[in-house]
This record gives sequence, structure tokens and C-alpha cells, in this order.
Amino acid sequence: MNQRQLAKIAKRVGFWALIALIMVYAVFPFYYAVITSLKPSSDLFQVELWLSNWNLDNYAQIFSQSSFIRAIFNSVVVAFSVVFIALLLGITASYALGRVRFRGRSTVMLVILGVSMFPQVAVLSGLFEVIRALNLYNNPAGLILSYTIFTLPFTVWVLTTFMKELPMELEEAAIMDGATPWITITKVFLPLMWPAMATTGLLAFIAAWNEFLFALTFTLTDAQRTVPVAIALLSGGSAYELPWGPIMAASVVVTVPLVILVIIFQRRIVSGLTAGAVKG
Amino acid sequence: MASVTLEKINKVFGRDHIIKDVDLTIGDGEFVVFVGPSGCGKSTLLRLIAGLESITDGDLNIGDTLVNDLPPRERGVGMVFQSYALYPHMTVYDNMAFGLKLAKTDKETVHERVMSTAKILQLEDLLHRKPKALSGGQRQRVAMGRAMAREPRILLFDEPLSNLDASLRVQMRNEIARLHNRLGSTMIYVTHDQVEAMTLADKIVVLKGGHIEQVGSPHELYQRPATKFVAGFIGSPTMNFMPAELASGSKDGCRVTAKGLGEVALPQAADSYRTRSSLTLGIRPEHLRLEAPKGDNCFEIFNVEYLGNEVYVYLEPKEGDTLLIHRSEAPSKWEEGQKVSLVPDIEHVHLFDESGAALMLSETRSAA
Repeated sequence: MNQRQLAKIAKRVGFWALIALIMVYAVFPFYYAVITSLKPSSDLFQVELWLSNWNLDNYAQIFSQSSFIRAIFNSVVVAFSVVFIALLLGITASYALGRVRFRGRSTVMLVILGVSMFPQVAVLSGLFEVIRALNLYNNPAGLILSYTIFTLPFTVWVLTTFMKELPMELEEAAIMDGATPWITITKVFLPLMWPAMATTGLLAFIAAWNEFLFALTFTLTDAQRTVPVAIALLSGGSAYELPWGPIMAASVVVTVPLVILVIIFQRRIVSGLTAGAVKG
Repeated sequence: MASVTLEKINKVFGRDHIIKDVDLTIGDGEFVVFVGPSGCGKSTLLRLIAGLESITDGDLNIGDTLVNDLPPRERGVGMVFQSYALYPHMTVYDNMAFGLKLAKTDKETVHERVMSTAKILQLEDLLHRKPKALSGGQRQRVAMGRAMAREPRILLFDEPLSNLDASLRVQMRNEIARLHNRLGSTMIYVTHDQVEAMTLADKIVVLKGGHIEQVGSPHELYQRPATKFVAGFIGSPTMNFMPAELASGSKDGCRVTAKGLGEVALPQAADSYRTRSSLTLGIRPEHLRLEAPKGDNCFEIFNVEYLGNEVYVYLEPKEGDTLLIHRSEAPSKWEEGQKVSLVPDIEHVHLFDESGAALMLSETRSAA
């Protein structure tokens, strides 16, 4: 074996070692959550990297609580509503911002971006008043409203950028064919914007699914809570016990749908995020 | 089928006055070509007719209807775009059927129209393909099919061939000409290529800086350009221009002196011009004869281009002028460096005044 081959093998080994390191770094917390969720509660505080014995008690326990199932349902309703509303408003807004020439267009774009720069805490009290005034306190609709506020800027920006890339002549061809703006958006632009919509929709979904602060502040009863709050408020056998096992089991249960969604849409996401970078 | 009438059409974008007082009548079934250099407003004029831009001032009639404020779909126009702008996610069939479906045409009629259009354009085998699976020429035909399927009264083409390579362009040019003969519909075609204009048009409209320079048949524009701009724009290689001075002029003809050529008698009426007013002599490359040098009439051959069927001889100009071109059939006896004299074909010499307008032939000549 000569030196060049050795160097080549060394490079290979180094490359895969680096990848392994990154994998461990990224995946270990989740892996540990999965392991913890499968441990019997007696083994909980023994640090071990492999499972010696396991059962599904923790999972059985969380699914026996009707409030947790209710919370999942609430989360699903909230997250899907947010995605739907954000995409609907985002597409129509991006048509206006990307296609219609009007005075102050870039100002509007900057204001939209500015909205998303405030930290959640800064708008919490103001938003609380708004939600009270709209009579949406302790109602998933209040969460849908507040999440949409924070999701829309990103959605509008990404979709507007994408919309601007679509050739002007395509829209003009649709106009010549007798299409109204609404027909142009739904029949011509929408089918071409799927990658961008999958990306922004998924990110909106993740944000809504995992949001904690608003969900904690704007809901009061078990029946209206979403999953992140429900997990945090899981109670153990006594006031002095933090039920780590069920918490981990619940976390795994609510993360799995996200992982599945990302895997389904991952190719779309990549093409959506890079769209506009290169023509064609 | 319909005629189009433009009356004092103006278009202003912000501060830019793009189209200035354009008057034009396009007859039913005519093939009209708008031609001019880039930025002359030819595409804008087409888009005004299509309804993609609003008219600032003036009246636009299609048939007997004033269409200024009608949206494109109610004007009965179809348009073929430069980039084709086919809907990428639809099959060829759906691309052509889209407009018909939007017009709420019943299904059988849609099918019938799409199939008959596809037959005319030989697209029958491609109906289930998406645009990305088509060649440039095929996409071009689909774009035409989409514009034709709704059976518009007027078909508009915006530089439709400029994305194709040279040989395909010639082929598509012929197909468009054949299509016009077959459909007999009114067609308006925009191009910057004077060859396309000459070969396709019943009537050419030469535009410059937003106004019409001249309207006429290809033959008229070639034989009797109304301005120096049209003379220089139509014809390839371009017309030779030489500065000249009016020696004497009457309504029956005139005599001008041009640098190098000496005094020449011409049939143009020049009674409205003062003697010694400066003019421009225009001679097409094929209307020059080269002979042995005679005194002051002496030009050196700068380069000889052999094109197979013909030969271009470039002549060193007198100081400050542009290169002169002589065209003759091959073979040519002329060689680089030779000295020759120029003999213009008096019948085909054009004369332009300082404003660029052509001097008319004298009445005795034009009657003959």
C-alpha cells in the first residue's frame, strides 16, 4: 500500500468520524429522551446509555390521561389552522407585494419584517389585552391568532421572494387567457409554488406545534391546552415528584409527527429554500 | 377577424412619453409588422392593443368597438409571447384549453377547438406532454396554439422567434406565413429584425422614438423610404450615405455635388430648397457600379468579402464618412488595395434633407 492510498483512507476515516461526532451531538438529547421514556420509573435515575430492561408503562400512563389526548387534539387543530391561514394570507399578500406595483411596497415589506423582530415577551401583555378584548381568552382561536401574527412575516417574505421569481409573462399569458387575479393565483401560481409553500408551511407548523409561552399565558383549563403546556404541567404521584418518565414519553409522542412530516417534505424543503438562488 | 384603428394613441410611463400620437389603420386579415430599434415603443404599442397596458390618451378601435377600457379577454385578441410563457405544470392540451375553460365553453367544444388547432400546428402527438419535454420550435407552436385556440379576432406576436436558433427561425417564419394564409386572420407582429419584417408583412410600420416613421408595403419601404432612418433600417447591408450639397434645383430635378462623386443630376424635385443647402445622398450597395478611377472620383478598396453567391466590396471613405459598401454577384474581379471610381445608378439614388425627410421625385418622373 503506498502513501497516497493511506492518505486517502485516513481522509475517509476522518470524514466519517466527523460525521459521527455531529450525529451524536445532534441526536443524543433526543436519543436520551427516548431511552428515558422507556425505562421503568425505578431505574430512572441510573445513568446508562443502553437499555437494560424496558417497558411501555410511561406511554400507557400518558395515554390514560384524557387531558393529554385532548391537548394533542388542540395542538393539531391549532397548528393546522395556523398553517392554513398563514399560507392563504401569505399567498395572497405575496401576490400583492410581488406582482402589483404600488407606492410604499418596500415600506410594507419592512414593516412586516419588523413585526417579527420583537421578542415574544415584549408583545405578550399587549397581545393579552387584544385577546381579552376579542373574547378569545382560554380558547384555541386565541392561540391561532397569536401564532399567525408571528408566522406570517416569514411566510410572506419567502413567498414574495418566490413570487417575484415567476416570470411576468406567465401572468400576462393568464390575463390574455381571461384569468382574474384569483384564477391566476390558484390555477397558475399555486402549482408552481408548492416547494415554497411546503417549506413555509412546515416551518409554521413546527413553530405552532412547539410554542409554549403564549400557550401557557392564553389558556387556563386542561381542555384548552396544547401539548407543550400539557407536558410541562404533567404532575407526578406527589407534589415533590417530577414525573420524568411520562414527560419524556409525551415529548417523544409529539415529536414523532414532526419528524415524519420533515422526512416526507425534506426534498421539497431543500428545493424551496434554494429556489430563487439559481434560475431554472 | 377584425380591423384595428389607432387614433392619436399616446402612452406615458411616469415622465417617459413612450408612444406619441400614433395613427394607424390595420385592415381586416392584414399581416402587419411593427419594426424598429430597441426602445422605439413597438412592444409597448402591441401591449396597448392587447390590453396589457392602459392607453394614456387616444382611441383604440377593434372592429367597430372602442376597446380602450375593455380587459384583454373582451377584446378578442390572442398573444404569443417572446418567452412563450407556457404554463409549466400543464400538458400541451391543458395549455391550449385553459383560456377556453375559463370562458366557460362546454367540454365538447373545448375538445373540438383544441384538436383542430393542434391539427393545424401539427401538435397532435404532443398533446400529453408538458412544456419541459418539448423542443424550442415545439414550444413556439404550442404558444401559438394557445393564442389561437380561443379563435381571437386578432393574433399578436411579440418577437416570437428571437429565442430560436437561426435555422429554426427561418422554418418558423415560413410556418407563420403559411398560418396567416390559412387562417386569414388579422395578425400584428413585433420584431427588431428587418428580414422578418420584409418577409412576413403585408404592411410594415417602422417606429422610432415612439412615433411612426413610415407605413407601407415591404416594396414601398425598400424602393421609396420616406426618411433617412427608414432607408438605413431596411435592407442589408445597409444603404450608403454620403454628404452632398445642392448645386441647383427645380421642380423637375436637381443637381447635387457629393464629395468624390462630383456633380450628379438627379430626378428629385428640389424647388423648395435653397442652393448650397446640405443634403444626404443615399445609395443601396447594389445600385453602385465600380469603374476605373476618374480624377477626383477615386476610392481605395478596403476589404473584399466573399459570400459565395455575392461579394461585398468595402471602400475607404473620404475623410469623416462611414465605410461605403458595394454589392455584386460573385465572382468579383476587385481586390483589396485597388483604386476605383463610383458610378451610382441614378434611377435608384435617394436624397434626404437635413431633417432626414426624403426629397420626392419630380412630377414628370413619378408620372413616367
